[in-house]
Amino acid sequence: MTALIDTRNLTKIYRLGDISVKALDNVTLSIGAAEFTAIMGHSGSGKSTFMNILGCLDRPTSGQYLLEGEDVSNLSVKQLATIRNRRIGFVFQGYNLLRRTSALENVELPLIYSHVPAKERRMKSLEALEIVGLSGHEHHQSNQLSGGQQQRVAIARALVNSPSIILADEPTGNLDTRTSFEIMGVFRRLNSDHGITVIIVTHEPDIAAFTRRHIVFRDGQVIEDRANEPRIGS
Amino acid sequence: MFISTSLRIALNALKANKMRSLLTMLGIIIGVAAVVIMVAIGSGASAKITAQIESVGSNLLIVVPGATTAGGVRMGSGTVSTLTLADAEAIVQNCPSVARVAPVWGGVAQAVYGNQNWSTGVTGTTSSMFAIRDWTLTAGRFFTVQETKAAAKVALLGQTVVNNLFGATDPIGEIVRIKKMPMQVIGVLAVKGQSPRGDDQDDAIYVPITTAQKRLFGTHLPGLVRVIMVQAKDMNVMAKTEKEITDLLDQRHRIVKGADRDFSVRNLSEILAAAQAAYKTMSLLLGSIALVSLIVGGIGIMNIMLVSVTERTREIGIRMAVGAQESDILTQFLIESLVLSLVGGVIGVILGLTGAEIMAAMSDWPVLISWQALLLAFAFSAMVGIFFGFYPARKAAHLNPIDALRYE
Ligand SMILES: Nc1ncnc2c1ncn2[C@@H]1O[C@H](COP(=O)(O)OP(=O)(O)OP(=O)(O)O)[C@@H](O)[C@H]1O
Ligand SMILES: [Mg+2]
Repeated sequence: MTALIDTRNLTKIYRLGDISVKALDNVTLSIGAAEFTAIMGHSGSGKSTFMNILGCLDRPTSGQYLLEGEDVSNLSVKQLATIRNRRIGFVFQGYNLLRRTSALENVELPLIYSHVPAKERRMKSLEALEIVGLSGHEHHQSNQLSGGQQQRVAIARALVNSPSIILADEPTGNLDTRTSFEIMGVFRRLNSDHGITVIIVTHEPDIAAFTRRHIVFRDGQVIEDRANEPRIGS
Repeated sequence: MFISTSLRIALNALKANKMRSLLTMLGIIIGVAAVVIMVAIGSGASAKITAQIESVGSNLLIVVPGATTAGGVRMGSGTVSTLTLADAEAIVQNCPSVARVAPVWGGVAQAVYGNQNWSTGVTGTTSSMFAIRDWTLTAGRFFTVQETKAAAKVALLGQTVVNNLFGATDPIGEIVRIKKMPMQVIGVLAVKGQSPRGDDQDDAIYVPITTAQKRLFGTHLPGLVRVIMVQAKDMNVMAKTEKEITDLLDQRHRIVKGADRDFSVRNLSEILAAAQAAYKTMSLLLGSIALVSLIVGGIGIMNIMLVSVTERTREIGIRMAVGAQESDILTQFLIESLVLSLVGGVIGVILGLTGAEIMAAMSDWPVLISWQALLLAFAFSAMVGIFFGFYPARKAAHLNPIDALRYE
């Protein structure tokens, strides 16, 4: 059985003038379908770089990234956009919602780019907002919502196109502990009830405790990869 | 579906920066207004000229003394007339394509009635003149053949002359003194308005040609005429008519082959071409203003779109992260610059129409507004929007998603 995500000697080198930074150094990893994984490590260890490549937002310098058995490293810009649209939902630390735009319209965005008709778009988006517990807030402007609510909108946007993977780079980084736990509860439900593979980046052991697998990075390499008994309740 | 969404995004972006959008559109507004005024004046002028040709008759030829070519040795001075009444008679009798001729001889004279006096052009001609020029009377009658033959002391007055000499008095049957010669007013000509060159055609007195020759403006050679107006039977045989007249007069004036002619035959469209040239100059001027403004406007749009792309780099990143294709981003920004230029176009059209109306009211430039002109203006502004919007839109579309997301 092929893993959902399979990386082989994934390497990313940033060149800044004369010096070059090896942000990822031969990372070989497999993540199966419906896993719930946390990626941890010190600042600058390459977590975001890894997530951006998994999310098809960036390309590796060398190595392979197989998504459901298909090598993504050499796909065209157009094909990568389609993958981001249909198969992956990305959640950012800073929410990245469109300003002066309602929650509903923000959630509809991926559906616009997959040319879903307006009625269906609306229906699916309302459904996604319900899953993240934001029913009744669909017409609020994104910047009139609290941080926790904005992150829920972002999660609704990530899941609206029924992706198989949701990637979240420090999704609770800007939130207080209680709100963070609520958000993690949402991810856990998406994983357990909807069977979505969820990978989150976090610094906090409390947050990582929700997941079933911990992968630790240091200097662009995986130094630890262990199973975890997830904490129940929030 | 995607277009309408992009349209809404574009309109929102414009609304968010009203003042900036307006300033950006200024160049387009001026350019489009200039295009509208230019076309309005151009088509107004040509419509007026066409109407004038038709009213005078596009089948009109004018035989004038003097050579068509300048220079060369000619008999006497160039101003001496060489055409005679007999030439006019011969043309109507011998040229099969000719319908009517009207010889003309005249000058400027003072007309006096009671204590009023008025100086104006007095034209001696035959009643064919009025048939040729399709000119009717508001009162009285034209000259009879007898009156023309007998150099009768009768006159037809244009409305301007009537107004200046008679005021409210009925002029028919009254005696006016033209060059001290008492003449009876037998008719008043219908109002004709301005000529293509802008003279008042109603400021004129018409008398029988013989009266002009013998009694008013004596000639050293009897029967001399200044010009001969010729009406062809059909406007499709103008060239043939011209040749018939030329051959006949060559023979009558004993012009040997290759020598300079002492007359020339002109048609009206050549004369009106001069009037058209004036309008062309005006159009050309407005055309250059339009072109420059449209280019400046286009550069303004390009500039503001580049600013917009930079300001919204993060938004572009977000859209790409959720799956927008390069073509989606390109379309979005192209629509935005198109909306910018088209809104500018609409304002420009409104301004242009107003300007054309004002121009029509304040001067006698004829103005004609056609839907083609408006379409042309819109096409121009759309072209400017797409042309100058393309580079910024492409720049947006080619952003790298991760760089765009990181942009602060
Ligand atoms: N665009 C870039 N250009 C140059 N160097 C970069 C770039 N992005 C990241 N790096 C470098 O790559 C290394 C890994 O960065 P990365 O953002 O992946 O770390 P991280 O683990 O996500 O850190 P943090 O926990 O602070 O978010 C760092 O040394 C960083 O300086
Ligand atoms: Mg990071």
